[in-house]
Amino acid sequence: MSDFPSSLALVARQTRYQLKFFTRVPIALFFTIILPLVMLVLFNALFDGNVQTDQGSWPTRQFYTGGLAAYTAVSATFTNLANMVPIRRDEGVLKRWRSTPLPTWAYIAGFICSAVVIAFVGAMLLLTVGVVFYDLSIDWAKMPAAALTFLVGVASFAALGMALASLIKSASSASAAANATILPLAFVSDVFIASDAGNDSMLTKIAGFFPLKPFVNAFQDCFNPFVEAPAVNWNSLAFIAAWGAVGMLIAMKKFTWEPSGAGPRGRSARRAAAAVDQA
Amino acid sequence: MAAIEVRDLHKNYGDNRAVDGVDFHVDDGEVYALLGHNGAGKSTVVEILEGHRSATSGSVSVLGFDPASGTREFRDRIGVVLQESGIEDEFTVREVIDLYASAYRSRRTLDEVIDLTGLHDKVDERVGSLSGGQQRRLDLGLGIVGRPDLLFLDEPTTGFDPSARRKSWDLIEALGAEGVTVLLTTHYLDEAEHLANRVGVLGAGKMIAEGTPADLIAGVSGTVVSFMLPQSVAVSDALATFGQVLDVDVRLSGRLIEATVDRATEVVHRATGWALDHDVELESLSVKRASLEDVFLQLTEQSNALAEQSDGEEQR
Repeated sequence: MSDFPSSLALVARQTRYQLKFFTRVPIALFFTIILPLVMLVLFNALFDGNVQTDQGSWPTRQFYTGGLAAYTAVSATFTNLANMVPIRRDEGVLKRWRSTPLPTWAYIAGFICSAVVIAFVGAMLLLTVGVVFYDLSIDWAKMPAAALTFLVGVASFAALGMALASLIKSASSASAAANATILPLAFVSDVFIASDAGNDSMLTKIAGFFPLKPFVNAFQDCFNPFVEAPAVNWNSLAFIAAWGAVGMLIAMKKFTWEPSGAGPRGRSARRAAAAVDQA
Repeated sequence: MAAIEVRDLHKNYGDNRAVDGVDFHVDDGEVYALLGHNGAGKSTVVEILEGHRSATSGSVSVLGFDPASGTREFRDRIGVVLQESGIEDEFTVREVIDLYASAYRSRRTLDEVIDLTGLHDKVDERVGSLSGGQQRRLDLGLGIVGRPDLLFLDEPTTGFDPSARRKSWDLIEALGAEGVTVLLTTHYLDEAEHLANRVGVLGAGKMIAEGTPADLIAGVSGTVVSFMLPQSVAVSDALATFGQVLDVDVRLSGRLIEATVDRATEVVHRATGWALDHDVELESLSVKRASLEDVFLQLTEQSNALAEQSDGEEQR
């Protein structure tokens, strides 16, 4: 009998398969890739000129391109995984894969790698549109920092997406929870509007507690004329990575393969279900 | 060697004993059917054997593995067709077969799977566009794509039309002929009777009967011989007359004489001999084997009655 396919081949195949799936679901493609592009075009049209931040005034295109690219990366990882994984679980697809000899980590890795590829494509698309149509200026000395920030960000937000998918069992609530957390946060995290609330304001403190604003700001810094190269914000990266680590721990501890409706969970729920069965 | 060996298996959910001391084994190459009402514990037993659930106590060995450890080698050798389990809707039949095949060491080709499942016209259709029965057949196809030594089938033909059902039976029989061991759960008694070498009946978490379909039928009910009471015999004399003629206990329902017997040939011989001697026609003469369905209903009624009795005792 032949050996099992190599892990690399399996993960590559799973990644390809998740990417193919993504291209066949118009709504996922729209929200993750198209919508940030539309926003980039709109914001550049609406807010001509400069954006006022606490560091001073800088060109709109630099601010929004960096912020929306970071947001795209978060959509592709956090929102995408928190949506898709519970849907697959509810369909019973996760359980089906669980019955095959595919190592379970390889299945999860396929999900995460595909999310990272989508994040990368989305962010590159935004930056390209920024350069080609809006005269975005790229400081190459800061690009290693941009790449590093991007990697730490996608890894951490992917872990957080898996954590949310593990904590919330049903597909519809997981999707709602992902959007309900990320959208309001985006408004106070310099994605859609530059916050001019001071460092002492409540909003700034709330935004600073979550990893979105540190990630968006760290990525924006790579396009911010006031920040000198190499522009690596180690404190922010450590903070984002810490969130990611917590997310990974939760995901590893709480992840389930069974559809939420398959079996009643918890002692009392099971007893109630047993009572109904016997009635 | 036994492919499946289950000893004193228990599974509790809180105070509910879903599986309450089940013993059975399935031989290599055997097709074994588990029967039972919803909630009798058959899905729980099967899920423990598949490695999807852990047992509360008892010992379980499947192909020499402990399924709870769920190793890759174990999952490479089993095929699982779950009761309710989605397939990725957005992919074509060709793509999902190819994708699932990639996980196994030993694979069937796309053509083999398509031939076995009869999905020739649907190869490049998306899974989402298939009918329920076609998806179930694809389900079965994905269960055997890795050439399993042991196949778990949880209600494999639920929702099938009769011809699709017959085709699936042919497929399962073909697998059995190849030497694949099959553990089947089903609600359809004729399915168990048609496919299974042996049948186990679960009731309230216990194995209440086990044997070949023929054994079960013979053991519980025997054969029913019946005919219409001839005009020449008065209703009031019927039981006495035919009790004596047939030399067994007879029942009279309406004008139908019935006897449940072990040796039908002898009884029929006496009945027809008597009819010839008296020159009467025995109308509606029939010799009918009790079906597995009769057996099943009889057995599960007994088990329910016992369960209710013990519940009543607990409440007092």
